[in-house]
Amino acid sequence: MAKVIIDGIEVEVEDGTTILQAARSIGGEVTPPAMCYYTKLEGSGGYCRTCLVEVSKGSEKDPRPMPKLVPSCRTMVQDGMEVKNTTSERALEARKGVVEMLLVNHPLDCPVCDQAGECDLQDLSYDHGGYNTRSEFERRTFEKQDIGDKIQLHMTRCILCYRCVKVADQITDGRVHGVINRGDAAEISTYIKNAVDNDFSGNMIDVCPVGALTDKTFRFKSRVWFTKPMLAHRDCDKCSGKTTIWFKGDDVLRVTGRKDEWNEVEEFICNTCRFDKKKVSDWTIEGPKEVSRSSVISANKYKNLEKPKEFKLNDIKRLDS
Amino acid sequence: MGKKILLEHAEVPGIQGYEVYREKGGYRSVEKALKTMSAEQVVEEVKTSGVRGRGGAGFPAGMKWSFLAKPEGVPRYLVCNADESEPGTFKDRYLMSKIPHLLIEGMITASYALGANTSYIYIRGEYYYLIGILEKAIEEAYANGWLGKNILGTDFSHDLYVHPGAGAYICGEETALLESLEGKRGNPRMKPPFPAVKGLYDCPTVVNNVETIAAVVPIINDGGEAYANIGIGRSTGTKLISASGHIKKPGVYEVEMGLPVEEFIYSDEYCGGILNDKKLKAVVAGGSSVPILPADLILTTANGEPRLMSYESLSDGGFQTGTMLGSGGFIVMDETTNIAKNLYNFTRFYHHESCGQCSPCREGTAWMEKILHKVLAGKGSMEDIDLLWDIQTKIDGNTICPLGEAASWPVASAIRHFRQDFEELVKNPAGLDETRYYYHCNNINPEVA
Ligand SMILES: Cc1cc2nc3c(=O)[nH]c(=O)nc-3n(C[C@H](O)[C@H](O)[C@H](O)COP(=O)(O)O)c2cc1C
Ligand code: SF4
Ligand code: FES
Repeated sequence: MAKVIIDGIEVEVEDGTTILQAARSIGGEVTPPAMCYYTKLEGSGGYCRTCLVEVSKGSEKDPRPMPKLVPSCRTMVQDGMEVKNTTSERALEARKGVVEMLLVNHPLDCPVCDQAGECDLQDLSYDHGGYNTRSEFERRTFEKQDIGDKIQLHMTRCILCYRCVKVADQITDGRVHGVINRGDAAEISTYIKNAVDNDFSGNMIDVCPVGALTDKTFRFKSRVWFTKPMLAHRDCDKCSGKTTIWFKGDDVLRVTGRKDEWNEVEEFICNTCRFDKKKVSDWTIEGPKEVSRSSVISANKYKNLEKPKEFKLNDIKRLDS
Repeated sequence: MGKKILLEHAEVPGIQGYEVYREKGGYRSVEKALKTMSAEQVVEEVKTSGVRGRGGAGFPAGMKWSFLAKPEGVPRYLVCNADESEPGTFKDRYLMSKIPHLLIEGMITASYALGANTSYIYIRGEYYYLIGILEKAIEEAYANGWLGKNILGTDFSHDLYVHPGAGAYICGEETALLESLEGKRGNPRMKPPFPAVKGLYDCPTVVNNVETIAAVVPIINDGGEAYANIGIGRSTGTKLISASGHIKKPGVYEVEMGLPVEEFIYSDEYCGGILNDKKLKAVVAGGSSVPILPADLILTTANGEPRLMSYESLSDGGFQTGTMLGSGGFIVMDETTNIAKNLYNFTRFYHHESCGQCSPCREGTAWMEKILHKVLAGKGSMEDIDLLWDIQTKIDGNTICPLGEAASWPVASAIRHFRQDFEELVKNPAGLDETRYYYHCNNINPEVA
């Protein structure tokens, strides 16, 4: 076991736990945002750099601070480690920079994006971003592409978190390539389209933190905050059959995995449950699904954890000038 | 004349071939190591020599070797980093083309020390003409019993392969190199684990630069002590410097560590002074990624001491007034150079070479290039200079691999020491030949580009 102090709060965790997981066990503000890490996906994390934190004391044995900020999702705790997240100016400043970088080429097409309302990038920008953009350059765009007949890749919105690549890697054998080209021209490869013919490919949609991978059976049907999530299950020979189904009126508009407060699914579900079971009679309904994260979907009708911070018009003016 | 221990015989006719190389004392280090020394003794000798990695970071080679994990029944690998792609650096190419057997000999001796039965030379794809030269040398080494099974009748067997890259600077970063060598996309790995524990095919691996491995030959021949006596302080031995830019005699020079920078630039033995006898304006001392310094600071430190060609002296003053020895790519610029224009070239390079894994580098390098392009096109403002500075701080230190820093430092130092060059471009945009500068765009949608 290792004792760690994060933003002044002490917690004891198993050896080999990451700083991020330790922070999640405390919960709330001290938990760094994570855009690329996904507990269920081996080798995920480290890419987006939103979870950078300052380690002000390495461990009891070696108390020296770590010179650079470290990605909390890929850094293991040591006994006696002291971590600063919200209490570190440096970490917050770096995070602001990361958010800006993620948005520099993002189309900001939230009004027409299916992910709006349950989008990690929206939440991240709201919590950690600046008020305006400092880039005046034209944004990068890509053609839309289909990955099979049920999933659409809208690369223009992608933040290259590599989560879908890991899903593809981990559900099919011997597939390595997931990204082609380099630097800001890098894109999720359509090799995925050709190679991923798998009953679990739909999970790429659930792991995508933005609206780059969307469910074609749900496209443009409704804003997510107008739909009502219910926990449901069915007998399935491929997966556990435990899902969240999203109603509008009496119609089932879409089926997803059950997401926890970190927006990660509890279990991956199969494509049959996700795409083909859209009748109420397909499902045994358990009751309403509590959306326990503070995003637009939880803001109105469902249990509201935290009221979003409000800013006054004057603040905006001051920041603009 | 400075002391030469790597390039001593580089100009001997026929030294590329085995016969002449052997006549000049080649492969003695293999004989000495395999017949009279244990592997540990070879490592100790390299430790004593104090030789530091010549690929850029300057990490003591002996120490790196002693960190190599040695689990039972797991192979270990030595990989030579011959990906040399840092703008301004061309010394490994020179060494490999002039005296290829020196590298092969170093590889065998070093592999013996590390207990590696297989080693690789990962060579930059653009150096295709060197692949033939190296493979011929390897063939000769096999034919004469220096490679293969039971070398010199001992129980040490060794195979050596040359593997070309496909034209990505990032594959010079040691973990991206290993990915590429394994046949994967050349993305740097997250560390830890370090290659010494989990490297090539998840086995313990040492990655060293060409020049570092070549230096093992004189170290074993003459002893670590003798090597340590060359040079100055913790910068032992000699260093190959690739000299380019506005100098009379560009080329590769072997200098003894501790040579005054002033002597290197102005003496006829080395660069021979500034081209057309113009005034020196600035020097990038260690390859394009290290901070650029103005003439006064490259010749003397902030304390007024003469600046020397050594790790310590060049980094004296930190990034405020110092720089780094890096890989030894020494780029000289005269008074006619506008540093902001030069910077554009570097920034374009780093944008082009970013692997795109982490957001600050992927987006930041592109953004910086766009801003510089705008400034060079005569459409910049003073705020753009500040924005450039700020973006650079957001990349520096926040990325997976050091390419992020390599892209930030030139920007930071150019603004720190030559802000007036940027301002000049903002104030007097007229006269700029816009067509000479184009935005490097590998964008996907031509309409948007
Ligand atoms: C972006 C990048 C490019 C690099 N390119 C090279 C290179 O071309 N050659 C090289 O020897 N080292 C290069 N390095 C340094 C290597 O990662 C590694 O430190 C070096 O090969 C270790 O060898 P050494 O200890 O002998 O210097 C590069 C590092 C980075 C971050
Ligand atoms: S710093 Fe740049 S080159 Fe290095 S891993 Fe990140 S994106 Fe790739
Ligand atoms: S969540 Fe840690 S780097 Fe992306």
